[in-house]
Amino acid sequence: MKRMIRLLLLCLALVPAVLYGPAALAGEDGYTTSYTYNYDYWGDLRESPDAYRVDQVLYSATLGLETPMNKPQSLYVHGSDLYICDTGNNRILQVRRENGGFTLTRVIDAVKGASPETFNTPSDIAIDGAGNLYVCDTNNNRIVKMDSELNLLREYLKPDDSTFDQNLSFLPKRLVVDSSGRVFALATNVNKGLVKFETDGTFTGYIGANPVVITMWDYIWKSFFTTKEQRSQQASFVPTEYENIYIDSEGFIYATNVNFEEYDLMYDNAKPIRKLNSIGNDILVKNDHYPPIGDLQWVEESTDKGPSKLKDITVLDNDIYIAFDRTRGRIFGYDPQGIMLWAFGTKDNSEGSFLGPISLEHMGTDLLALDENGCSITVFTPTEYGQLIYKASDEYLSGQYDESADTWREVLKLNANYNLAYIGIGRSLMRQEEYGEAMEYFKMAFDRENYGRAYRYYRKTLVEDNIVPLVIVVAALLIVPLIVGRIKNMRAEVEEYERKKHRK
Amino acid sequence: MNARSTESNAAPGSFRAWWDKYIASVRYGKHVIFRPFDGFWDLVHEHRGTLGAAHTFLFLFLLTYILKLMFTNFQFISAPLQYINIYEQCASLLIPFLTLCLSNWCLSTLFDGKGHLTDIYMAMCYALVPFILIQLPMILLSNMISFDEAAYYSVLNAISIIWCCFLVFVALLEVHDYSPGKTLIFIFATIFGALVILFLVLVFFSLLSDAAAYFISLYREIAFRLY
Repeated sequence: MKRMIRLLLLCLALVPAVLYGPAALAGEDGYTTSYTYNYDYWGDLRESPDAYRVDQVLYSATLGLETPMNKPQSLYVHGSDLYICDTGNNRILQVRRENGGFTLTRVIDAVKGASPETFNTPSDIAIDGAGNLYVCDTNNNRIVKMDSELNLLREYLKPDDSTFDQNLSFLPKRLVVDSSGRVFALATNVNKGLVKFETDGTFTGYIGANPVVITMWDYIWKSFFTTKEQRSQQASFVPTEYENIYIDSEGFIYATNVNFEEYDLMYDNAKPIRKLNSIGNDILVKNDHYPPIGDLQWVEESTDKGPSKLKDITVLDNDIYIAFDRTRGRIFGYDPQGIMLWAFGTKDNSEGSFLGPISLEHMGTDLLALDENGCSITVFTPTEYGQLIYKASDEYLSGQYDESADTWREVLKLNANYNLAYIGIGRSLMRQEEYGEAMEYFKMAFDRENYGRAYRYYRKTLVEDNIVPLVIVVAALLIVPLIVGRIKNMRAEVEEYERKKHRK
Repeated sequence: MNARSTESNAAPGSFRAWWDKYIASVRYGKHVIFRPFDGFWDLVHEHRGTLGAAHTFLFLFLLTYILKLMFTNFQFISAPLQYINIYEQCASLLIPFLTLCLSNWCLSTLFDGKGHLTDIYMAMCYALVPFILIQLPMILLSNMISFDEAAYYSVLNAISIIWCCFLVFVALLEVHDYSPGKTLIFIFATIFGALVILFLVLVFFSLLSDAAAYFISLYREIAFRLY
């Protein structure tokens, strides 16, 4: 009986499936233990040194505003000028950064020569190469183009085109302008992609519609198991709207998308970050083990549920892109290969945290994060660690591989869990034909492709260096059984002969 | 051991006789995997297999699996070694294996299957031999090829598994003397039966813990009343 019970207890112990509990960004007390972190190969969270620190926080009072900011929606950086769309107050604040401080230089609240002259919820601003300003004047249903002296140049109104549903009002929400003055706008209720206006102001259609994803099960369910009445009440398969857009220096548009279900992230159907080329295809490079989706694991809290919702994105000059998460107030940095560089930030009242993350911009490598609920702009500057990462990445992109490896070694001194550094050093070692050592580094970072490449060369040199002993061993393996067989045959023949002779 | 010394010259019942029979039955594994229809019939009905050999194969199977997790090059397998518990891994193979044997026996005895529980267990263990023979050298191979040559690795992997599955099918067919169609149906029924067994075990333990909780609370209640 005792034995039986032991056996049953064994069974009981094995019933619960082997679940590797997520070690999320929570200490034993359930609170954040580290401000900056990264994910390792297993998708587990690794604390890291701070990549960015708060330089200063700009409030309405710091800028000397009489009416405090109200629901600011967007930031735009042009040179050393920072434009803040103070949407709730129908104005745009122009702030100049000088000697480390920010001073208010201009309040833009009207366009000369337009009707109406004032703005109604201006929600985004952009500036083209010639210095002309473009403003999304959302509730006036227009995009305004004006020169730097605020004289009206053009108004982009609701496209008079059959592809645009004329029953809907034109509510531009976000816009970008490319180097030749083409305007790409994101409008509320438009799910066909970005509304595109040519340089001369004509509407020429949409680009980059979110492709519709229909699973087979959805299709079967909708076609065979629902009645016509039910179907008309269900949401139809329509593409979703983008959340925000950014145009990089090469004219590629980065778009973020927040309308997806959590399970869509599993097979990367959601694609929260996209890089659109001129015909609207997603060409974002994803060379990491995990696609760029923000947080890989999280603790479900009553207020902050579900995956990261990337509200805004900004792209540095070296193609490193940085996204701003609304769910947990995180800022995620990704390199051009789609590998996460760092993540930091949280939702809180303290400095360096946010209440309502809404917009992110960069000035050089400094980051400016706008908080619509706290009505503040947090200015982040990279720490030594952050600068080293940028330096190594830049050096690699410009072909200085060995210098880059030295910088990565510096990074490793600060954070031994940094996979990208191991890969960077491995690549440099491979160029120096130190294949065995390169393999060690690639293995550390679980980089299979590069390890395989290094191993092929390693094996090749190994074979070439030891070709003589190898040939001897192989030959011996082939020849020895042959000789042994021959001897055995001969011996058998001799024995046969002996036997025959004996019989006679 | 139900092994009987039949071919050995050693005295019946001696260790030597048992050992000779054991070695012969282990070697017989080679015959079984290459000529399964003939092999599995003789294995059970002509008593050419022994339980000792079956245990050996099962043990080697578990060992191969663990070695595979530990020593396969990281290019081909991503086992989170820092989390792996060997006992847990063994149990995750052993428990389903034994449950399936039990479930198959439960069902086949009801539908005129010829096999005893030991026969089924023995045949199933012999069916694992290709896995051992292929996967063990594959551990070495994985450390000699690069990521681009992963095709060789995955083909061998697939062969070992398909071969084992085929052997399981033939084993059940021969042990129970079923027709192929009936065997196929019984394989699915066996999987279902295993789930039922799992369910019963779970229910049993949940009831047991409820019963235990009842008596514990009864004891507490009485203890509170008395003091």
